[in-house]
Amino acid sequence: MKKLCLALLVAFSLSFGLSAQADEFQVAVAANFTKPAEEIAKLFEAKTGHKAVLSFGSTGNFYSQIKQEAPFAVFLAADSATPQKLEAENLIKPNSRFTYAKGALALWSKRPRYVDDKGDVLKKNQFEKLAVADPKLAPYGKAAYEVLAKLGLDKTLESKIVTGNNITQTFQFAESGNAQIAFIAWSQVCKDGKLTEGSVWNVPSDLYSPILQDLVILKPGQDSAAAQAFADYVKTDPDARKVILSYGYELEEVDAPMKKAS
Amino acid sequence: MLTDADINAIRLSLKLGATTTLFTLLLGSPLAWWLSRGDTFFRRLIGSVVTMPLVLPPTVLGFYLLVTLGPLGPVGKAFKALGIPTLPFTFSGLVAASVICSMPFVVQPLQNAFEALGERPLEAAATLGANALDAFLTVIMPQARPAFLTAAVMSFAHAIGEFGVVLMIGGNIPNVTRVLSMQIYVYVENMEYGRAHVLAGGLMAFAVLTMMAIQLLNPRRKVKRRADQGPNP
Repeated sequence: MKKLCLALLVAFSLSFGLSAQADEFQVAVAANFTKPAEEIAKLFEAKTGHKAVLSFGSTGNFYSQIKQEAPFAVFLAADSATPQKLEAENLIKPNSRFTYAKGALALWSKRPRYVDDKGDVLKKNQFEKLAVADPKLAPYGKAAYEVLAKLGLDKTLESKIVTGNNITQTFQFAESGNAQIAFIAWSQVCKDGKLTEGSVWNVPSDLYSPILQDLVILKPGQDSAAAQAFADYVKTDPDARKVILSYGYELEEVDAPMKKAS
Repeated sequence: MLTDADINAIRLSLKLGATTTLFTLLLGSPLAWWLSRGDTFFRRLIGSVVTMPLVLPPTVLGFYLLVTLGPLGPVGKAFKALGIPTLPFTFSGLVAASVICSMPFVVQPLQNAFEALGERPLEAAATLGANALDAFLTVIMPQARPAFLTAAVMSFAHAIGEFGVVLMIGGNIPNVTRVLSMQIYVYVENMEYGRAHVLAGGLMAFAVLTMMAIQLLNPRRKVKRRADQGPNP
């Protein structure tokens, strides 16, 4: 028994020592930010030696998991509401919340030249299905409904809307051709600032309230210098910001004073 | 063609499948036996509870497991009181969730097989002086061999394919809980469809092979059915 205890103690201290040395920490990343997050983590590791281990999932899932003491040190959410809720519940490092990216809404079709650059395709109303993410679950869905309301088309198009569970599913509806057009994230069809495929209308940002994505440091990362360094890196490092921009997101400071999202 | 992350995910999935199969068989066999030995309200209730994972959407089941096993839930609290780390976000947590999800696939075929066997073989064994365990191992197990095979293969296959529950309980952590199904999910979210296709294609091939294996390894089905119909000679 004594021997076993000793062995366990040794094993424990060994593993503890190793993990402290490597300075690894876990980061929960909203699935739509997968690619930029991977690139940023790679750059961050090259620069600092700290390793951010990324987990991807939906913001709502992560919220449930964080409430159950998930081991994530940093959380890059797909919205601002969830991190705010975590902040109100004292589950984050005080004052660690900031907006790391702003999402841009796009109306997209897989067909080239189908969507014009003014969005008149919506008014022409010749398509069969318009895919929109669930406004209750996805900020892009909410933004899309705001656009339709502003254009006065929400009632006319209501019967043509198919609802995706999240922005990926919405994109897949249009990608597979089942929906002719879809409101998606510009980041989904943007590579190095250019459209990858099909045709697009970059919806003017004054037609919808800003889609803010916030980062917070969570309780498990409260005392981690590496986690703080990662948050700072995302916030201020020019390389990190370049990556975020290249994937079709905007940055907070670049734009005029933000509107209050209701 | 496969990245290191893919290979790790496959390794984790196989490990999860094997562990799940072991535990579902160990726990499911006595449970199925007990369920097959009588028809009371309580047994029916337990039987229904075991079947629950077939009805509940995986994310719903996953959420409840997360809450129950988490540090604020009843099971998690008990674990904490005993000084054991809670299960969510660990591989053990994946196994626990996966065992619950795969349980109906083990209990159903076994219970059916045990019921079909009837009391007679056991009575015969008893007259020959076999005790209960002895009878189970030497009479029931060989007779229900096809059902055990089906149960094992289905349990393994389901553990490999499960997604919603393991995503919720596991937290998609690389090298710890990121199994094959989650790796595919990450690729799809990433819009790396090519890589997703490779893994999904492999998974489909695996599924076909598994189902073929069940059928090839179960040639005795017809014989058994005939034996059930006629009285013993």
